[in-house]
Amino acid sequence: MFLQFFYKLRKNGLDVSLNEWMTLMSALEKGLHKQSFTGFYHLARAIVVKSEVEFDKFDQTFVEVFKGVPYEGPVPDEVMKWLQNPKDTLNRDFYDDMMGEYKDQDFEELLRKMKETLEKQDGEHNGGTKWVGTQGKTGYGNSGWFPNGIRIGGEGMHRTAMSVATERNFRDFRTDKVLDNRQLTVAFRKLRSFSTDDPFAEKELDIDGTIEDTGNNAGVLKIRMKNPRKNAVKLILLMDSGGSMDWYSSMCNMLFHAATKSNFFKELHTFYFHNCIYDKVYKTPELFGKDSVTTDWLLDNFGSEYKVIIVSDAAMNPHELVERRYDWRTRSYDENTGLDRLYSLKDHFPYLIWLNPEPLPTQRNYWSQTHLELAGIFKMYDLSVDGLEKGIKSLMARR
Amino acid sequence: MNQNNTEAFRGDDKYVASEDLLATVNIAMALEKPLLIKGEPGTGKTKLAEAVSHALGKKLIIWNIKSTTKAQDGLYVYDVVQRLYDSQFGTHGVDDIAHYIKLGKLGEAFTSDEQVVLLIDEIDKADIEFPNDLLWELDQMEFSIPETGENIKAKNRPIVIITSNAEKELPDAFLRRCIFHYIEFPDKEQMKEIISVHFDHLDEKLVSQAMAAFYMIREMRGIDKKPSTSELIDWIRALSVSGVDPEMIEKSIPYAGVLLKKDKDINTLSRNGKF
Repeated sequence: MFLQFFYKLRKNGLDVSLNEWMTLMSALEKGLHKQSFTGFYHLARAIVVKSEVEFDKFDQTFVEVFKGVPYEGPVPDEVMKWLQNPKDTLNRDFYDDMMGEYKDQDFEELLRKMKETLEKQDGEHNGGTKWVGTQGKTGYGNSGWFPNGIRIGGEGMHRTAMSVATERNFRDFRTDKVLDNRQLTVAFRKLRSFSTDDPFAEKELDIDGTIEDTGNNAGVLKIRMKNPRKNAVKLILLMDSGGSMDWYSSMCNMLFHAATKSNFFKELHTFYFHNCIYDKVYKTPELFGKDSVTTDWLLDNFGSEYKVIIVSDAAMNPHELVERRYDWRTRSYDENTGLDRLYSLKDHFPYLIWLNPEPLPTQRNYWSQTHLELAGIFKMYDLSVDGLEKGIKSLMARR
Repeated sequence: MNQNNTEAFRGDDKYVASEDLLATVNIAMALEKPLLIKGEPGTGKTKLAEAVSHALGKKLIIWNIKSTTKAQDGLYVYDVVQRLYDSQFGTHGVDDIAHYIKLGKLGEAFTSDEQVVLLIDEIDKADIEFPNDLLWELDQMEFSIPETGENIKAKNRPIVIITSNAEKELPDAFLRRCIFHYIEFPDKEQMKEIISVHFDHLDEKLVSQAMAAFYMIREMRGIDKKPSTSELIDWIRALSVSGVDPEMIEKSIPYAGVLLKKDKDINTLSRNGKF
């Protein structure tokens, strides 16, 4: 059963190593689960799961594996023993509870009631319904369930493993969910290459090294230089603005803030376009003509060492992609089609990814055909934490 | 080292811990592994270490991590500059390197005669490689000082508690060695309990009104930096000292600046017709 749990966890994408598994085994040997199923749940989670984003996966797996486990734990016995012989810390809590909710009942009465409840729960469970959880809101909620007397407070804490796991409280933390700013910033931090690796970076004085060398040199000055440790990554963001992208404006906003706020890159340039990149790109999201630069200028002025992220839903009228754009102001056609432009960007920048706020469509329809088409040409990732991380990984390596 | 098997942490009079947090603390102590605590800011990650040390009657050593902190700083610092300086004047003891070795927080915890609680606070502030540089030291609880050839080994394995705000991902190898716990934001019941350990006697009405307002603000759309427990405590303190009429709290949110730290959030609040 346990081994099955282990493999299920791995199958469901939790990166559990044998190392952690052995830790869990030795913890069980030491009795750290306090002979209870809830204890086992917390123990396994604390050892196996390393991030709150994975709690949900764990919960799901836990439910999947242990759903039909017959209730045979020694908990009730333990509880009874403890009830008959309340000592040290438990004493106080139990007494408090009696004073609180059961003023008129004597100890015997309370004990009897509790016993009843326990029996009922045992029965209910064997009947196949959910575990003790449903009883969590009874008056006993404030007393301890753990044999070793760990206090359990109000109803919120009176949850058993199964009910906690089925609640899936940590759903919000899943990484495939679309993201918040901090997570984005974290993802961007991975996009770095330190200038220490760069043989051409300007050297700076290594003070500690110089002192050490000087010391070893009997006090006669001996200078040591080192490479500065700064992020050498230069980034260009090309963002789709307006139209269908308005849906995703807050997401794009967050991405933009995460990229700019951290002051993390050596250079960061942002340009905007609408639907597809033609002869011009714009410096502001409003796409004012006076703030535009030509795409040729972009290619001339930014070398291939720049990393490029295109953010767009790639949803457009297919004509916009394959035909030359007509400029109403100058009454003339652009020189190149959008697709030509995209290809020239792709050829010019070997480090280029496409982040798409819209997941890859499963069916081909009129508006999704450009999305599918472009996904075949570019390295396209979802605009989510997972997608950004994958994208950034591929940005780090030349394709 | 066996002593921690007999002792268990059950929270203390100033710290209200949930059942699973207590269980996790005790698991980490029994398995002698570092305990990694994550959670929203203000949920009492740092306070936990204080509570553990207080409850178990052990000394607390805090290693505050900053963006410039290196793993080496926690082990020991070799003050070369001072030595160079002293050598100019031929000060006594300059040939003894040990004289210029100062133990860091980790070193301090290792050499302590009694078991201590070591808090490595906000480990994610440091460079991404930082946790990896500490793997061996935290695993084996020993390190050596090449300058003197000395080997520092923990006399008593310290209880290590590490907090993180998830500003950076921690490396896998490091995570595998830790026991992990995520502190959830307290629900209303827990919050009531937390408030009651911070204040002796408070007007029931004031507490319930303040809490209602607090959770309302937390759930309000467009609030960037949600107020946390510590802000609620400060707020209640401000409210009770100034003697505000409890009836007015939810309607007008007095002293909103205590709860909300961003201008934008305060504007959002006033746009919603409050205060």
